Amino acid sequence: MDDVLFLSRLQFALTIMFHYLFPPFSIGLGALLVLMEGTYLRTGREEFHRMAKFWTKIFALNFAIGVATGIVMEFEFGTNWAVYSRFVGDVFGSALAAEGIFAFFLESGFLAVLVFGWDRVSPRMHFFSTTMVFAGSVFSAVWIVIANSWQQTPAGFHIVGDGMSARAEITDFWAMIFNPSSMHRLGHVILGSFLQGAFFVSSICAFYLLRRRHQAFARKGLGFGLGFAGVSVLAIFVSGHAQADKVAETQPAKLAAFEGHFRTGPAPLYLLGWPDVEAQKTQGLAVPGGVSFLVEGDFGAELPGLDQFSPEDQPPVRIPFVTYHLMVGAGVLMFLLCAAAAIQWFRGRLFDVEDRSSRFLLRALVPAVLLPILANQSGWVAAEVGRQPWIVYGLLRTSDGLSQAVTAEMVLTSIIMFGVIYALLFAVWVFVLNEKIQHGPEEAPVRGESGPKWLDVAAAGTDPAGPSFTGAGRGG
Amino acid sequence: MDLQILWFVILGVLLGGYAVLDGFDLGVGILHPFARTDQERRLFMNAIGPLWDGNEVWLVTFGGALFAAFPNAYASAFSSFYLPFMLLLFALIFRGVSLEFRSKRPERVWRGFWDYSFFGASTLATFLFGVAVGNSMIGLPLDARGVFRGETMDLVSPYSCLIGLLAVSAFAVHGANYLHLKLEGDIRVAVGRWRWTAFGLFLVLYLFATISTLVGVDRALENFRSGPVLWGLVGLNVLAVANVPRTFVLDKPLQAFVSSGAVILALVALFGAALFPNMVTSTLDPDWSITVYNASSSEKTLTIMAIIAAIGMPFVLAYTVAIYWVFRGKVSLDKFSY
Repeated sequence: MDDVLFLSRLQFALTIMFHYLFPPFSIGLGALLVLMEGTYLRTGREEFHRMAKFWTKIFALNFAIGVATGIVMEFEFGTNWAVYSRFVGDVFGSALAAEGIFAFFLESGFLAVLVFGWDRVSPRMHFFSTTMVFAGSVFSAVWIVIANSWQQTPAGFHIVGDGMSARAEITDFWAMIFNPSSMHRLGHVILGSFLQGAFFVSSICAFYLLRRRHQAFARKGLGFGLGFAGVSVLAIFVSGHAQADKVAETQPAKLAAFEGHFRTGPAPLYLLGWPDVEAQKTQGLAVPGGVSFLVEGDFGAELPGLDQFSPEDQPPVRIPFVTYHLMVGAGVLMFLLCAAAAIQWFRGRLFDVEDRSSRFLLRALVPAVLLPILANQSGWVAAEVGRQPWIVYGLLRTSDGLSQAVTAEMVLTSIIMFGVIYALLFAVWVFVLNEKIQHGPEEAPVRGESGPKWLDVAAAGTDPAGPSFTGAGRGG
Repeated sequence: MDLQILWFVILGVLLGGYAVLDGFDLGVGILHPFARTDQERRLFMNAIGPLWDGNEVWLVTFGGALFAAFPNAYASAFSSFYLPFMLLLFALIFRGVSLEFRSKRPERVWRGFWDYSFFGASTLATFLFGVAVGNSMIGLPLDARGVFRGETMDLVSPYSCLIGLLAVSAFAVHGANYLHLKLEGDIRVAVGRWRWTAFGLFLVLYLFATISTLVGVDRALENFRSGPVLWGLVGLNVLAVANVPRTFVLDKPLQAFVSSGAVILALVALFGAALFPNMVTSTLDPDWSITVYNASSSEKTLTIMAIIAAIGMPFVLAYTVAIYWVFRGKVSLDKFSY
């Protein structure tokens, strides 16, 4: 059974992490599409129309893979986690029904008009469809985050039956919806998605500016992207702080794992470090009492450490600690980039490729799209591993939630197949995305077909025109 | 009416809606390699381009509603069909991304690869749906706690494969009828001929499936013995089947499409009528079967879900109709096409 447990968790991690590359794009890029098309309707300027059309194509590509990999998640609860499904079915029922009816139908229906309907409906109707697709993607985040939050902080239910046939039954619908963590986590997830969309747009526009292609288009796009990123990054720090306070209150073991806080006492805030599980001590650079201050407003406040929990109830420490710090670190870097961009903008030099510091900033922005992806992924890993050993916090252990009819060989087979297929999909996605970016928006002047592509630049973080950017003498 | 029965019916509607709507998308995929030129293949894909994703949502909602309304049935069925459902997921993934990727590059190898993955995925998904229905008709070796006590290969019986093939042929007819509505010119004439071939295959499989069900799947007939009114469903099914060639002869493409849709809907209704009140039948002991009563969520959850469905479904139907209306008419290729 241990193998099945490990493999089923691995399978879930693989499939959900791959899937979660895409929904944040749908939400973040969807919000930007609404802004762009709204600007077009208000100003009537064709450049915003072209902008919306270009980003819609990229949106559609990401959306298709998001849908294709999303169905897997819904099936996997039943195939691999049958006991869990029986346990939570009654509680998740209403949330899932609402997700299907309000979110998925809305998204996929209006997506048809968004992608294929430019010439078939009026501009207003098209804008309405774009808004509905965005609303649908936000609604699906609402219901899925509510369901997941119920697993973190269950509320509004009672337990019926006992032993392996025990299950949670709903007693208070609204208490289930507004369980202690749902709204905090929802805000955080949506803002994280906004950042992913905003940095994605900024990355591609920065690349165009550096390559001196589609410059007018890229300046406008960078304005949208960085503006949206700046607002979102400020909001996400507020939301992150509020959420950490909630975790301290509702899931103290998880917070202790995030912060590598082994022994009860004032909790230091580690900026960099490594939790040494054998020695039950975290090594690294820390602000003494920092976490105590953030949670209680007092550097000397005692916070419960992992020693407060019996060994079988303790979460693992290494993965939550590392992923939590990666998320926060990526958030800080995104904030610094936005701050630098704001300074350059006030100097009036943001779009000036000849300006040394702007060039440096634009080069940094091209690979910066990886930061929100890293933050979104690692934040979820921290949240989910930090909940262990529970699948429903305090009620059902992960090891008890498995399907009993499923063998390790079956799960392993599925992991291998998913691994191969997702690797192929990922390669093709990146390839087609690169094609679309190379092709650029409509009326693109065809120029500079040779030379490094967006991908190489994003991966290496180097200047696409080579180290000595003079504009002249660009080798092929 | 019991809430349990209400939700059994709603699930039937969702499954039927899925089979009729995504049925023609999958049917187009099954017929895809018979289109010869690149232009024709693009027309096939763009005929379903704006619609397939919304149609697939019916399956997603069916799965969600099954999970929500009957968690026991969802858990037992999905963990029993482990490998077939994994294969189904791969097929659905490939169907979707093949549509998205195929026309993004001009190379023959690239397009050929996605053409065959589109065909293979559509055919495999349809076949597996049929196999799942066939196995549900026969029942599964479930123990007292609803845990599957068989081997994966038990699921590959002659009867379940026959139902799988029946599904492939039914969707091929439905897909051909859809294409016949949406295409023009030579390719439309060709599709008109394929309809006959597909219908012929369907008719043979339909007769075999009917006979094997009557002879071999005794449990499926219980409800029909106790409630003769259900034979009316059988009659409607036969009438719908008979109407398909009539519309071919009379050259009424819209009626043909509606008829093949009605055939599929009637088959789903018969499936539900045969199954009720079981969700998953245990072949080991009838008392271990998972029924709408012992598998359902609490009355409170079923009530809340019914309210949500009552608020949401009118909207869903309204914009589904609106979107089909926006994309009405013959399919043509423009710069937004696949």
